[in-house]
Amino acid sequence: MSHATQDTAVRTGRIARTFIYLVLLLFALFYLLPFFVMLANSLKPLSEITGGNMMALPQDWTIAPWLSAWSTAQIGVEPTGLRPYFLNSILMVVPAVAISTVIGALNGYILTKWRFRGDTVIFGLMLFSCFIPFQIVLIPMARMLGLMGLAGSTPGLVLVHVVYGIGFGTLYFRNYYAAFPTELVRAAQIDGAGFFQIFWRIMLPVSGPIAVVNIIWQFTNIWNDFLFGASFADLDSMPMTVALNNLVNSSTGVKEYNVHFAGAILAALPTLLVYIVAGRYFVRGLMAGSVKG
Amino acid sequence: MTDLRTRFQDWLPRLVLSPSLAAVLVFVYGFIAFTLYLSFTDSRMLPSYDWVGLENYSKLWGLRHWHTAIANLGIFALLYITICTAIGLTLAIFLDQKIRGEGLLRPIYLYPMALSFIVTGTAWKWFLDPGIGLEHTMHLWGWESFEFGWIKDRDMAIYTVVIAAVWQSSGFVMAMFLAGLRGIDNEILKAAQIDGASNWNLYRRIVIPLLRPAFLSAFVILSHLAVKSYDLVIALTGGGPGRATELPATFMYSYTFTRNSMGIGAASAVIMLMTIAAIMTPYLYAELKDKG
Repeated sequence: MSHATQDTAVRTGRIARTFIYLVLLLFALFYLLPFFVMLANSLKPLSEITGGNMMALPQDWTIAPWLSAWSTAQIGVEPTGLRPYFLNSILMVVPAVAISTVIGALNGYILTKWRFRGDTVIFGLMLFSCFIPFQIVLIPMARMLGLMGLAGSTPGLVLVHVVYGIGFGTLYFRNYYAAFPTELVRAAQIDGAGFFQIFWRIMLPVSGPIAVVNIIWQFTNIWNDFLFGASFADLDSMPMTVALNNLVNSSTGVKEYNVHFAGAILAALPTLLVYIVAGRYFVRGLMAGSVKG
Repeated sequence: MTDLRTRFQDWLPRLVLSPSLAAVLVFVYGFIAFTLYLSFTDSRMLPSYDWVGLENYSKLWGLRHWHTAIANLGIFALLYITICTAIGLTLAIFLDQKIRGEGLLRPIYLYPMALSFIVTGTAWKWFLDPGIGLEHTMHLWGWESFEFGWIKDRDMAIYTVVIAAVWQSSGFVMAMFLAGLRGIDNEILKAAQIDGASNWNLYRRIVIPLLRPAFLSAFVILSHLAVKSYDLVIALTGGGPGRATELPATFMYSYTFTRNSMGIGAASAVIMLMTIAAIMTPYLYAELKDKG
């Protein structure tokens, strides 16, 4: 995106500009440093970390910490590495994102093109649910998952994420569809098109950008979730974030910092990749979640 | 037949919406009601339905840990919101000065937002560890007297949570302010410059007041994130040293699930919800009323 023409008209002197560049670069350093340190130290043998300088590049490059984090490191009691938990996260994230995107699109479509009395109240109820502290639902949710026979399972986590993703999904699609001309929908209706036909033929083809925004938002949130994973998953369904936390906080033996860093980067990799590939949409999603309309 | 079809088409949207509505009513509002009810019962390890009135709330406010959690939330929220806003606004204004490399800098400021708080916590926990992190490095570089052991210090540990949280979120606030700045009509600025306003006055008198909606959004988003903060504390300090970095979210979890005081845990969750509702409800109401 080029913003050249939108930049401010304010003129700044040379000293002021030098100062501005200096501040901007210092902050870039501040944001990059922790990640650089993690990356550099994940490629060092442990002795180089405990004895050496964290800012230094590895003298003795090794990918052993990465291999260990992925497949042999001790998570809890099992020496499985993070691999099974990475798969758990994928198995949780993919269906949850797919389902909540479909639900969000349908809800947004209904709340803008098939309005009825009380629809704003319904939307308000959904919107507020985006912001509740999830502590308020933990206890009943644990019981509900037990009653449904989904306790400690990946489908249980999918259900949880779908339910608490309804609000944001609906919000994104509703605001996006609100700008779409309702006359087109009415015209199609007069031509005899039904509810699903209109959705399929008219709304979906224009929904690309907002679907991407919603998918990225839900993916990032669900992948990064810790609270639900820690509360509702058992060993066989534990997501990546919980496994990483177990890896880092396991008290047995020597703390293998290099393995912890490799693990942390592995846990961050999917969302970072999404951010690098589709950062523009990521930012748009963040904004849409805060500045509505 | 056509009549029946039309009537079905009329009801179809409501029918399709109803599972979502039902899910939200049960899983959000029903569960809130259930937790609220539990907060008035003597539930310990398991939910119990024996009514004890406000006993859990009076017990809660008598607990030292809860007072620590509330005080920490106060410190954390105040600093987190203020510093994120200050950094976000500064970076946005500076980036808005026809900066070369803006396209490179912006994603660098924003990427932490894509990370899990567990990852952020892991990175900073180690970065701030005096034994191997920043302090150790400064000693190696010859600054022998450099000390930075906040993360191990009961009185200072909460500030390390602020540092890590600011690192994660300030870029996002920058993006919000930048979008606000780009929405300001340049003609207004030019007119003020012709009138001889200095840059400082231009921003203080004209630009910053025009950013009011961005300030409001930033405040609302950051404050609800602050109340919900849980993962970061778990990964960074584990609530320690001791219980020095306890926040309401960690308090609720430990009282409910590890200390077998579900009634008190439920009461603390209700207070968290009320705090957020007090901030969000007027904001959402205003947003909905505007857009109709």
